[in-house]
Amino acid sequence: MRAEAETRKRKGTGVAAQDGDVLYERLKAYEGQPAASGGEGKDPVNEPMIRHWCEAMGDTNPAYPAVAPPTMLQAWTMGGLSGHVVRSRAYDELTALLDGAGFTSVVATDSEQEYPRPLRPGDQITFDAVIESVSPRKTTKLGTGHFVTTRMDVRADGELAGTHRFRILKYAPAKPSPARDRPPADRVKRPRPVVNRDNAGFWDGVARQELLIQRCTGCGTLRFPWLPGCNSCGSADWETVHASGAGTVYSYVVMHHPPFPAFQPPYAVGLVELAEGVRMISNITGVPHDKVRIGMPVELEFLAVDEELTLPVFRGSEG
Amino acid sequence: MTRVGDELPPLRIPITRTLIVSGAIASRDYQDVHHDAEAARAKGSPDIFMNILTTNGLVGRYLTDHFGPRARLRRVAIRLGAPNHPGDEMVLTGTVTSVEDRQVEVRVVGANGLGRHVTGTVTVQLPEDTPEPEVST
Repeated sequence: MRAEAETRKRKGTGVAAQDGDVLYERLKAYEGQPAASGGEGKDPVNEPMIRHWCEAMGDTNPAYPAVAPPTMLQAWTMGGLSGHVVRSRAYDELTALLDGAGFTSVVATDSEQEYPRPLRPGDQITFDAVIESVSPRKTTKLGTGHFVTTRMDVRADGELAGTHRFRILKYAPAKPSPARDRPPADRVKRPRPVVNRDNAGFWDGVARQELLIQRCTGCGTLRFPWLPGCNSCGSADWETVHASGAGTVYSYVVMHHPPFPAFQPPYAVGLVELAEGVRMISNITGVPHDKVRIGMPVELEFLAVDEELTLPVFRGSEG
Repeated sequence: MTRVGDELPPLRIPITRTLIVSGAIASRDYQDVHHDAEAARAKGSPDIFMNILTTNGLVGRYLTDHFGPRARLRRVAIRLGAPNHPGDEMVLTGTVTSVEDRQVEVRVVGANGLGRHVTGTVTVQLPEDTPEPEVST
């Protein structure tokens, strides 16, 4: 195992992944080992417990309590407040390994039960369980951890009455989502544009509240966004044209998720076709996000985002 | 007469604190996240949430409520998704996916305000004197 870990290290796999793999191999060794053996139900199947169950579930089925609701199967095997006395050493070790790795929380995810024989008051319950599988490390919405699947046979007076496959996730709770920690959007500034020598002319224009399009002086092709050369003829020479400001929505998306600082979803992002024929991406303002439509006429305006930043955006008009 | 594609009438279950706690205790599940809101919050949950045994019991009840006291549950397989927290409502819906002899398989979904709390498959054995199902065409 050590050699394998070192190989992975040379390949550049992260330290966490190595540790995870080593842990997983140790966890996997418990597959097939007993989770509980010779377990005995703390109470025989009995009417009071059936009645309490039915009251809680709102189940008025007249078949109960002469037979127990089949879905009570697991309840007859539960340790209750005083805990499980029959859990195997293997299961305890597996749990301790997971706890030690930080996967201290537990949540049940799956239950599969079959009921070959009804349970009746007076039945004495015995059960055995095996650790069926341990999953590789998984990251879920709750956090990262391992799924542990056990399979239990439940017997009534020695006769197989039910099988119960149960899956839990042992996990380290995810840190609260970054969105919750972030300062509210209205206190975060929008990202600054990256201005370089290829697009400085554009941003200079914006600062003067002009929207400038490049035009190749070789072939006359308009281009946007700004580029150092012409895609049509390859010429590096250009001049600028003032956009009239008229345009239409060529396409758009509405951003709901993920949230970015300084942006408050939902909002519409439009691909606007300018009257001159080039297209540019910007916000559509003045219209609710769900009223933006393809073909909608829009008009250029300059939005003073904050003291330092002005952006060209497009105001839509409904109807 | 039960046929493939039949939809069971929905069962709306208000998720009260009482249901969550009484279900957990009736199933002998004393995990604190099912009865102690403070402990649940300390573990990253906004409130207590329903345990899987209660969900299992409710799914079983949904089927036997529909097919009657003489129908027998043979298999209940469920997967949990969005948790059932107090104040929510879960709506159970079911669709018959297979009918063989008197064995009926139903696909069950329990949706709450957060999404799908439970999805699963239940097999029910209908009583002996149930008329043989018509072969659907």
